[in-house]
Amino acid sequence: MQLDDLYRRVIMDHYKNPRNRGTLNTDAVTINLNNPTCGDRISLQLQVEDGKVIDAKFSGEGCSISLSSASMMTEAVKGKTYEEALGLAERFSGLMKGEDVDFEENEDIEALSGVNKFPARIKCATLAWNALRKGIEQQHV
Amino acid sequence: MNIEAVREQFPILHQQVNGHPLVYLDSAASSQKPRSVIDAVSRYYELDHANVHRGVHTLGSRATDAYEGAREKVAKFLNAKSAEEIVFTRGTTTALNLVASSYARSVCKEGDEIVINQMEHHANFIPWQQAAKATGATLKFIPLQPDGTISLADAEQTITPNTKVVAMTYVSNVLGVVNPIKEITAIAHRNGAVMVVDGAQSTPHMKVDVQDLDCDFYALSGHKMCGPTGIGALYGKKELLSNMEPIEYGGEMIDFVDLYESTWKEAPYRFEGGTPIIAGAVGLGAAIDFLEQIGIDEIDKHERRMAAYAYDKLSTIDDITIYGPKANRVGLVTFNLGDIHPHDVSTVLDSYGIAIRAGHHCCQPLMRWLNVSATARASFYLYNNEEEIDRLVEGLIRTKEFFGHAIG
Repeated sequence: MQLDDLYRRVIMDHYKNPRNRGTLNTDAVTINLNNPTCGDRISLQLQVEDGKVIDAKFSGEGCSISLSSASMMTEAVKGKTYEEALGLAERFSGLMKGEDVDFEENEDIEALSGVNKFPARIKCATLAWNALRKGIEQQHV
Repeated sequence: MNIEAVREQFPILHQQVNGHPLVYLDSAASSQKPRSVIDAVSRYYELDHANVHRGVHTLGSRATDAYEGAREKVAKFLNAKSAEEIVFTRGTTTALNLVASSYARSVCKEGDEIVINQMEHHANFIPWQQAAKATGATLKFIPLQPDGTISLADAEQTITPNTKVVAMTYVSNVLGVVNPIKEITAIAHRNGAVMVVDGAQSTPHMKVDVQDLDCDFYALSGHKMCGPTGIGALYGKKELLSNMEPIEYGGEMIDFVDLYESTWKEAPYRFEGGTPIIAGAVGLGAAIDFLEQIGIDEIDKHERRMAAYAYDKLSTIDDITIYGPKANRVGLVTFNLGDIHPHDVSTVLDSYGIAIRAGHHCCQPLMRWLNVSATARASFYLYNNEEEIDRLVEGLIRTKEFFGHAIG
């Protein structure tokens, strides 16, 4: 087991300098999720318009994996349609199962592929993505 | 107590994890099992297994004797008056839920009080929270002192003649603090309340005498005291158990079943509907034999020495925060390392073969009181030694370096 497989430089960069950490206007879609294994929380806010995610911010507590994953996710979904965003979430699930997934211009996310070898940490990595799915699913009702 | 001889008896400890000799510091979550317990469970299945209290055949008698023999052992271990005061359960959680569902829900009504506190494990928290909601009783909390201890003056203030149940853990699974159960029980009784004790973290580590404590209920888990998972026990004073309604109906708990009415066996059998965890009880009995052979006072002394050693060693690490009082602590140390998340600490330690617990330890209200979302916890048992604590300290220093370089 190599720690460097998990804690890649790009993950540490997102952990140290999280992108999109903060809050949006009150009219943004807000999703609060817990990681029940550790009590960490994420609050994800999505600014949506015409079936698109215009802006995304997150706040809350978490470990390096959950915070960097949230940071990467919010970067990736900006400007994406709901379908594209859900497609990214789907690809992220694949990444967690050890599949070889291409995130194209959001290649930072691929650095999280090492989490697959640390089963106890998969929940940390998927927390923000689960919040994203939940937020978009709410829009479809 | 010869630690190396003790370690020899635990097969699981002698393995490499991630290329390093395993250092198991998560016994407060679940302890490892000595050879004698593993063998007792296998022997039971190889030679004696049948259903209990039913068969007239020889194996049925042997299984029943083994099961009831284990009940005797638990009763003696806790110094209960008789084995009738011991109900086998799935563990502490089921035992506490049984008291909350059967006793508290029938006794409590609006205007009554149930008294707990914020250090409780979810298993000794939620059952009372929900019983209060269901009955209209008020849930009250004995406040915690700044160091996480409970003062008798605060207990006196909180427990009143309206209080029907006081529930408290003997030892906190996060703070390691030993609560003054005997004194709190006296306060509860003076006010006419029953005292329920969560013994999950005390029973494996220290002498427990339920008659001396005078508590009314006491719950324990087998798997934290060298026994198998899936078995635990509830001690209850006979006069209380005898007047409690069962919460699970089925085979073996009945006296007579008619079309529209049924009657129950005496306690403890009325609470053990269905085929019980016979092999688990046998394993628990073997675990008690094992602990008694070494001596529970010896184990207690050893663990307190480990805890003191760990506390002092860990205190030398920069940026470490240790939770709970230094004195009167059993074998565990809960901490945070600077702003490195406990998950990250645990993953790095695991890469060096060191197993600790990271998370909220099933104590979310306590985490909020400590103003953290999660903590790391190293817990010790009779098989841990100083060398392992040194490895923990070394691992934590490496964790700091790793994240220092990675982040800094």
